[in-house]
Amino acid sequence: MTEVLTDTQPIRLKGRSFLALTLSPEPPFDLWLQRFDDLVTRSAGFFLQRPVVLDVAGSEIGREDLRGLIDQLGSRDVRILGIEGAPASLLGPDMPPAMTGGLPASDCGAPEGAPEGTVIEADAGDGEAPGEALPSLMVTEPVRSGQALVSEGDITVVGQVASGAEVIAGGSIHIYGTLRGRALAGARGDTRARIFCRKFQAELVAIASLYMTSEDFEPGLHGQAVQLRLENDTIRAENLG
Amino acid sequence: MGKVIVVTSGKGGVGKTTSTAAIGAALAQRNEKVVVVDFDVGLRNLDLVMGAERRVVYDLINVIQGEAKLSQALIRDKRLQTLFLLAASQTRDKDKLTPEGVEHVIANLRKAFDWVICDSPAGIERGATLAMRHADAAIVVTNPEVSSVRDSDRIIGLLDSKTLKAEQGEPMEKHLLLNRYDPTRAATGEMLNVEDVLEILSIPLLGVIPESMDVLRASNIGLPVTLIANGGPTSKAYFDAARRLSGEAVPMTIPSEKLGFFGKIFGRKAA
Repeated sequence: MTEVLTDTQPIRLKGRSFLALTLSPEPPFDLWLQRFDDLVTRSAGFFLQRPVVLDVAGSEIGREDLRGLIDQLGSRDVRILGIEGAPASLLGPDMPPAMTGGLPASDCGAPEGAPEGTVIEADAGDGEAPGEALPSLMVTEPVRSGQALVSEGDITVVGQVASGAEVIAGGSIHIYGTLRGRALAGARGDTRARIFCRKFQAELVAIASLYMTSEDFEPGLHGQAVQLRLENDTIRAENLG
Repeated sequence: MGKVIVVTSGKGGVGKTTSTAAIGAALAQRNEKVVVVDFDVGLRNLDLVMGAERRVVYDLINVIQGEAKLSQALIRDKRLQTLFLLAASQTRDKDKLTPEGVEHVIANLRKAFDWVICDSPAGIERGATLAMRHADAAIVVTNPEVSSVRDSDRIIGLLDSKTLKAEQGEPMEKHLLLNRYDPTRAATGEMLNVEDVLEILSIPLLGVIPESMDVLRASNIGLPVTLIANGGPTSKAYFDAARRLSGEAVPMTIPSEKLGFFGKIFGRKAA
């Protein structure tokens, strides 16, 4: 029986980047679960709305144990988004999907003493300071062409950013070197975010989704130490002395 | 146990195959056991540059697929006893390269040779990533012009992420080979100069190889540049690069314009 396409409109598939909290369970798993419960009682609600990824790389966990762990976490209202570092034999259609290509981001500190009933706002769209400091990413090697650094908070690069590389931060971007690629600050809507660099040769800069390409920059700024910020919906650039 | 070197660049046509043959021959002339391996499946060139194109019976893909033994596929150079070639297939394509097959071949070559030099294809796809996967060190061949430099930067990023060394958290030794350098054009600003390229790529310099007519003549007759009798500056630069690769401290010579008496009259550069 031939199937006829009812609609020739294509389905939109987009790629999105999210920061997920990663848990790395260690054997013996029942003891790890006890420690986890301890953390949960001290920080009620922390895990409730967070996308959580389980990192089982190197833990040699078996299929039954992994299934059990996922169920146990589920009964604690922790929903597992995906599993990282698991061999294909471990996963099945009844388990969360495998995740690959995870980039390191700043370690999320354990939420000590968060008051009862606090729900951490996942989207700080209006630029108001959220209840806890956002993780910041510090990189001490040059960012090579084709690489992308992503963080919810600030990003500091001690080195240069190559042409064809991207730095995408929810907060500000500080580059102690030459910026030859793209820098996108305030990527989640924070209009107070700024971009700083030692030598400005960028291809594109953006603050809170308002962007400018290199042909729109003043020629006098090329190769200078520059600070970029948003003022009345335009990106202003200033020499940093 | 031998050292596995990958000669890579990202951009095509910058001199990877020429450099693989030249450096391989230079090392072999120091009595080291060298094998040069062509990873450009379907578009093989290393056999031409080595002058062995009429002696290829079995190739890398035959060995990976178990159709031939490694010893049957290795071709000994007629001029240098310790230099061997493992050619790529011309009739098949890179889909026939398997990670397990490559791992097995490289492991066996490592046991038999002092140097295993892998000539990577251009690009960032399977052929290039498999060529670099088992490398202990990389030679990044770059021409002093903007698109080559950016592509080299991209490939350096891949060397730091898609190799076994990267996955094990160990740093990969990287060397920059600045090829086809023309000092006159660098002086007028048409080409990037050495400092510009080093600033952008930030990896140690292995050598600066000057542009030369010798290279085309040599590859037409299947002679690696370092086997040319009384080779000129290009050949010498490759010998120096091979010595630096072996760990010797050789002072770096940047080719410069030499305007002799005739040069001043006719405006041509020597060498």
